[in-house]
Parts: sequence; C-alpha cells; structure tokens
Amino acid sequence: MNIELAANFSYIVSAGFFIFGLKMLGSPATARKGNMLSSLGMLIAVVAGLTASGIVSYEYIIGGVILGTIIGALAARLIAMTSMPEMVALFNGSGGAASLLVGWATLYLAANSSATAALSSVGLATTGIGTFTASTAVLAIVIGGVTFTGSLIAYGKLSEIIGSAAVVFTGQRFVNSLILAGLLGSGVMFCQQPAVDSQWLYIVLGLSLVLGVMVVIPIGGADMPVVISLLNSYSGIAACAAGFAINNNILIVAGSLVGAAGIILTNIMCKAMNRSLANVLFSGFGAVKQGKAIEGEVNPISVEDAYYILEAANNVCFVPGYGMAVAQAQHVVKELGEILEANGCEVSYAIHPVAGRMPGHMNVLLAEADVPYEQLVEMDDINPRIENVDVAIVIGANDVVNPSAREDEDSPIWGMPIINVDQARTVFILKRSMASGFSGVDNPLFFGENSRMLFGDAKVSISGVIAEFT
Amino acid sequence: MEVVFLTFILVLSIFLGFELISKVPATLHTPLMSGANAISGITLAGAFLSAGAVNNEIAVILGTAAVTFATINVVGGYLVTDRMLGMFKSKSGGSK
Repeated sequence: MNIELAANFSYIVSAGFFIFGLKMLGSPATARKGNMLSSLGMLIAVVAGLTASGIVSYEYIIGGVILGTIIGALAARLIAMTSMPEMVALFNGSGGAASLLVGWATLYLAANSSATAALSSVGLATTGIGTFTASTAVLAIVIGGVTFTGSLIAYGKLSEIIGSAAVVFTGQRFVNSLILAGLLGSGVMFCQQPAVDSQWLYIVLGLSLVLGVMVVIPIGGADMPVVISLLNSYSGIAACAAGFAINNNILIVAGSLVGAAGIILTNIMCKAMNRSLANVLFSGFGAVKQGKAIEGEVNPISVEDAYYILEAANNVCFVPGYGMAVAQAQHVVKELGEILEANGCEVSYAIHPVAGRMPGHMNVLLAEADVPYEQLVEMDDINPRIENVDVAIVIGANDVVNPSAREDEDSPIWGMPIINVDQARTVFILKRSMASGFSGVDNPLFFGENSRMLFGDAKVSISGVIAEFT
Repeated sequence: MEVVFLTFILVLSIFLGFELISKVPATLHTPLMSGANAISGITLAGAFLSAGAVNNEIAVILGTAAVTFATINVVGGYLVTDRMLGMFKSKSGGSK
C-alpha cells in the first residue's frame, strides 16, 4: 500500500513536470528546457509505473523497453529534417498502437481471476470483466486503432509510398457511417457480455483499424497539417481511455493534455485555411469541385536574368513551401539570402501557417539551415508591406500563394488566407514543371504580368544564381 | 465514485491543456506537436501491468508489444524534439 501511495504521489510530480514542460515549449527561449523537463516527468512516471503491484516478472518489460529504445533512438537520430512529418506520424501511430494493446491486454487481466486479486486493489472488478473496464478498454482499442492505421496511412501519403491525392469514391460517407454504426453496435454488444474470446471484440478490433484507414484516405496532401495534428490529439485521447481502463491517473492527465494540445493546433491549422474541421475531414479537397480553368502565357526566365534582377533588388522575400523540403533546398536558400544581404538587400522569409506538410514545417527546415529567427515573418506581417518587396521568390509553394483564394469564388481554396506575392513588384516562381499544386487547383499567379517562372529543381536553380553572384 | 473522480481529473486536465497551448508562436508548432506526441507515450506506464503479469500468456504478449510501441513513441518523440529544438537554439543572432 505504501509503495502504491508513493507511486501515486510520483504521478502528481510527473504531471507537474508535463505541465511546466508544455508551458515552456511555448516560448523559443525555454523550449529545449521544457522538453527535457517533460522527459524527466516521463521518467518519473515510468519508474512509478514499474512499482505497480500486479507486476511479477520484469524480463519482458525490459526486453520491450530495450527494443523500443533502440528503434526510437535510431529513428530519431537518422531521420532527415525534411522527412520530419512522416516521422511524427509514425511515432504517433506507435502511441496509438500501444493504447490499443493496453486496452486489449487489460481485458485479459481483468478476466483472469488470479490477476484480478492484484488488480482489485486499484479498483477493478473482482469477478470477470466489469462493464466499466470493458467499455473503457473498448474505447482505448477503438481510438488507439484509428490512430494507428490512420497514422500509417498519413505516413504513406507523406512519404509518397502511396498516392498523396485524396481518395474519394461514391458512397464513401455511407460506407463510413456503416463502419461507425457497426463499431458502435459491436462495442455495445461486447460490453453487455464482456469476454476475451467474444466475437464482438474481434469485430471491434477489425472495424477500428479499417476506420483509421477510411478517415485518412479522403484527405489530400495539402490538408496533411490538419490530419497530423488531429491524429496527435487522438493518440492523447487513446492514452486517456487506456488510463480509465486501468484506473491510472497519470495516463488520464497526460493523455488529456496531449488531446487538448492537438485540438488547438488542429484548430489553428483549420483557421489558416479558412475551413471548418468537418470540411477538411469530409470534403476530399480538390476532388469535389474545380475552379475556372485559367489560360494565358507564362514568362520563363533564365538563371542569368534572375541574377540581374536580384542583383538590383533592395528587398527580397522568400516564400518557401513543401517543394523546398522535397528539393532539400533550405541550405542554398539561406546561402543566397546571405549573399543578398551582403549586397545591401533586405531579406525576409515569409511563412504561411500551413506551408509544408505539418504545422511549423518550414520553420524547422529554415532553422536547420541556420536562418536567423528575426528574418522569419508570418503571413499577417508580410502582407501589408508586400508592395514594397522588389522580388518575392516562391520556392515550391503553390496553394498558399494562389490568388484564386482571393479572386475566384468557385475555387476550392476560395477564402483561404494567402501570402499576396502577386502584389510584389516581381515574383520568381521556382518550379519543376507546370503541374498544379497538391490540391490540384490551377494557379493564376503563374500567368501574372509580373511573374517569372524559373523552371527546374529548386536547389539547382538557386545554386545557379549563387554561382552568378560569385 | 471512482469514475466521478477520474472524470473530474479528465475535465480539469483538458482545460489546463487548452490554457497552456493557446498562445504558441508558429515557429514552435512542430516541436510542440512532437513534444506532446512524446507525452502520449505515457501509455507505457500502464503497459507494464500486462507485460509483467505471469499468469496470462496473451496479456504478456500484448503487454510486451505495447511496451515496445510506447517506448518507441516516448524515446523517439523526445529525442527528435530535442534535435529540432537544438537547431532553433544554434541561431547566430541569439533567439529571443
């Protein structure tokens, strides 16, 4: 009893560390310390968790921890910064899988009479599986399962293993509703007669994994930041449900903190796209309606001409997008920025809230390239003074600079706040080809009077411009 | 009563979470997300209970898998967040 009391007090301490850690993660100056504080909280919680009275053998625990540590550490160390969104999705998925498994295993523990003696001290039912345990375990299984397969699909889309476009078919909503209804029905059936070999349990398991796939496939690449933060939220809620199932306070506290954080980020992302969450989740971006077709001539430009214009410019603004990540161009971009600065030019980097494939994706890449924090400006800061920008250089961004969002009411992205690069004196657009963006929407920016297309790989093009300067 | 108590904790934590995160600069969205993601690996503390039980083989298997997955989430999440934040720190002009 004393050990259990001590464990519960340690949980309070670790919850405190999580809270302060998250708080400190909100400011650049303290963020790193905050992360360490939160990892310390995790360490305390884990050690306290090891003292739980039901644990008799430690071999498998140690084995699992060692294996997980090796995989996690290697993945975190080896991953390229440009592949960060995929990595976060995978970590998220493993969190979801863990919650699913804990929920499932709890049913076995609760059903096992000799184990229940140990568990009864923490409030679990003494004979068979109680309804409360059964229903919360099912919740952990469902949310964990959706998080798991959803994250795997998100990983596949982000790493382009599977097509990143929205997969929409007729009757999709109907099918999804059927799955959801089936899930609800079998969950209720299971809770009425909970048993580990109940067929309803397997149906719940199967359907929740299928549901995870179904909810993420209709979401297109450009909406990925929303999905990633939403899945992040789910993984927290799944941990929370697992906490209810095993009566563990720290799982509930930490899980709901993560759940709330994910919801807030999701909301920020949705606002940045001027869409509701429901719209993102159900509409199948870009597949539903098509704006007007745009016709006109594009003006290509050579690297040499780009150099002459940049050489004379006094104010240059880079607008990065996912294409910069793909081309790994952040280092050459920063190099060009430094050369321009040395040339007496004012340089800034304008970052749209949903540029890239995860919230804050571009910030991370530019930080990796050592771009000074002061040069990063947000959309609302750059737009009022965009007319003073001599050259706006769009690197692999498309939808976030598409003027259709302002001008074409029929466009799928209508109403989304954008960086108004078309109002700069000159716009360079670095692009591989004339293909439309991730959302599949045409971009009238390319046909603008003041637009110049610099075709080719972004990294090669910028290196070319740098070569002209030196 | 236990349920009421747990729900009480849940509701308060959600409010706290909203309060904590509502004003975070865009620059920190990614580290915040992956840091929060690491915290969601807290399931680890609960997974021990099944992985360490001797009297039920299936629970041990499921529990051990859960321990592995949760550890990947925790270790990977914290390390990758630290790696990212390390880059934010090394800025020439000092970060404020």
